[in-house]
Amino acid sequence: MKTIFRIFLGSIGFAACAAAAQAEGTVTVVSWGGLYTQVQTTSFYEPFGKATGITVKSEDWNGNLGQIRAQVDAKNVTWDVVIGDSAFAKKGCEEGFLEKIDASVTQGMENDFLPGSITDCGVASVVWGYVIGYDERKVQGKPASVADFFDLQKFPGKRALPKRPESTLEFALMADGVPAKDVYAVLATPEGVDRAFKKLDTIKSDVVWWEAGAQPPQLLNDGEVTMAVSFAARLVGPILDDKKPFGILYDGMLYDLDTWMIPLGSPHKKEAQEFIRFASAPERLAELATRAGYAPARPSAIALVGKHPTANVDMKQYMMTNPENLTNAQRIDAQFWSDNLDDLKERFNAWLAQ
Amino acid sequence: MSAPLSAEQMAGASPTAMPADIEKAARRVERRQAFSAALLVLPLIVLIAFAFLIPVGLLLFKSIDNPVVAEGLPETLTALQSWSPADGLPSDAAYTGLKRDIEKAKAEGTLGVIGARLNQDTPGARSLLQATGRRLDATTDADPHQAFIAIDKRWGEPEIFGAIRNAGDRYTLNYYLNALDLTRNTAGDIIAKPEGQRLHINLFIRTVWVSALTAFVCFLLAYPIAYLLAHLPARRANLLMIVVLLPFWTSILVRITSWIALLQKQGVVNDALASLGVIGEAGRLALIYNMTGTIIVGTHILLPFFVLPLYSVMKTVNPNLVRAATSLGASPFTAFRRVYFPLTVPGIFAGSSLVFILCTGYFITPALVGGQNGQLISNIIAYHMQQSLNWGLAAALSTLLLVMIGIVYFLYTRLVRDQR
Repeated sequence: MKTIFRIFLGSIGFAACAAAAQAEGTVTVVSWGGLYTQVQTTSFYEPFGKATGITVKSEDWNGNLGQIRAQVDAKNVTWDVVIGDSAFAKKGCEEGFLEKIDASVTQGMENDFLPGSITDCGVASVVWGYVIGYDERKVQGKPASVADFFDLQKFPGKRALPKRPESTLEFALMADGVPAKDVYAVLATPEGVDRAFKKLDTIKSDVVWWEAGAQPPQLLNDGEVTMAVSFAARLVGPILDDKKPFGILYDGMLYDLDTWMIPLGSPHKKEAQEFIRFASAPERLAELATRAGYAPARPSAIALVGKHPTANVDMKQYMMTNPENLTNAQRIDAQFWSDNLDDLKERFNAWLAQ
Repeated sequence: MSAPLSAEQMAGASPTAMPADIEKAARRVERRQAFSAALLVLPLIVLIAFAFLIPVGLLLFKSIDNPVVAEGLPETLTALQSWSPADGLPSDAAYTGLKRDIEKAKAEGTLGVIGARLNQDTPGARSLLQATGRRLDATTDADPHQAFIAIDKRWGEPEIFGAIRNAGDRYTLNYYLNALDLTRNTAGDIIAKPEGQRLHINLFIRTVWVSALTAFVCFLLAYPIAYLLAHLPARRANLLMIVVLLPFWTSILVRITSWIALLQKQGVVNDALASLGVIGEAGRLALIYNMTGTIIVGTHILLPFFVLPLYSVMKTVNPNLVRAATSLGASPFTAFRRVYFPLTVPGIFAGSSLVFILCTGYFITPALVGGQNGQLISNIIAYHMQQSLNWGLAAALSTLLLVMIGIVYFLYTRLVRDQR
């Protein structure tokens, strides 16, 4: 049965075969697309091509882990490097569809990474995070805390939240008075989960749920919502490039590390590791941060972050690693979610459908 | 031709001999034609088999296939065979077996997969297994029972062993139980899930409801369009046909985004209504991020699938029949109702089935414009295929969806047949 299934998966991958049969000296790098990949192209891919002669072929994905697993199961791997949540690197490593990354890749840099950046199957690149964005034209006064996001009296108007329990439940608890650092301890208890859902009930009828990261800035821009939980860099782009009147509230920020991974059986594992080492250089990371506002996972790179090329604004203020932004913030707990997502996702969906 | 003539052919005069011979020859030709026809469709059959029937069959098979725990923890399962959670903790043999199984799984790199499978039923089982795997060593050989409990106190409760046994059948119906909002308790009895976790049945009902409503709205819009198409002069009908087909030339995402721009609170429709004074600034209509949005956008995307079959049926209706009815004294409305409409029912049937079935499988539209009411069963299937990688549950939900559509289709065929 297993072999037949492999054959079937193989036949699906048939079309992708052409892509697999690439010439030597290419490496397929898969990222989130949009502005992020544009800036990755100029900061990582093109300089890597120039320095090594290895062409980077860029592809997009949307965090669909099934795509990696299907390639690995079919033994027809066409992706060489993939960037995604650190939880993916953990899950993929445990369930055996990612390559272990050689220690040589990060040799000499081990002490210059944020804690938890280097795992068996992953090397962190940048910090990303969920923050609260608001429309300065629509909001009277300045929201100061997560609790304001849930306060429809003080700040009337619709809210945008991601349609997923990860981050949404944490925000609800923080708005209910739980300090960021204790969020996961509370959420680990059944009472804590009930408390989070009860808090969400208070704004449920005024929430627009989003699925794709491009949506929250769009919803703010269109006046559909007045406040939105959004990926931070998705707000920085419109603020600096298009002069949008958005404010960012870093209170209650939830952040994670965007992590390089290599699917098991990548045909260009050597080149893939070379690429990851190249893209981890402080200068490369600083360039990405300066243009797109993603904080590097390496402190030495953060020091190199300069002014935005067109808006002439010091980009350090937008770094999620900036101490001012970290006063009430929490790293997303991959361990907690890998244990509880199956269960809480079910409950979240049932709650949504009520 | 050079073959010697047979006795029969020599005789020639026999009146029955000739037809029998011709019949045989004809049958031979027929056989050859049937054979070449089969050869012509063979590529199609192979394509359907390999690209559709076999993959779908294999995927549906995943809904009962459950090898992970059965193959991953065999010694534990053997030791648990005669155990029941009512007995309290299992025997030491179960712990010894578990230790050996975990060590083997660790060596083979399958511990994560086993943990992921157990975690579907028991939150936390994934990290429990990982942590246990890390901490097991030779010192735990003497008394595995106590050693396990020392690693994590959950090993001292019967629940986790009940979960292992529930997940341990090589073939299982548990995915179907989950898909029907049922579960097993530690003892293995089937019970309803707790109130807050029942999800799928509601979503199945909602999926049918949204699809039926979309098909109905499509019918209301498609009927006049198809009528116009079938009765306009050919040149103008062709132009109109291009307009009907135009949406197919645009990416579905672009169409959805355009609808968002039109329908949102600050969108074109609301702006127009507000500036005309029909609605006040505060009374702007919620046309999107709810069920209304799903149905409007779904209708737009699926409308051509209703118009085309309806048009092709209307084209074949003989206009003389309606004329005959009116000449016999029927009013135009009666002629339409009693003569024309019944003749177009096959088109309505084809169109509505097509739209209904396509709609049950759509998940991009409800995901983007559906808001909290917009989750349909297909969104959950997509989630389990793409994110949680619980392909067993995804397969079980898909099978149920397939069966449900089959039943609806069957009832609908009966209904339409009775109408005629």
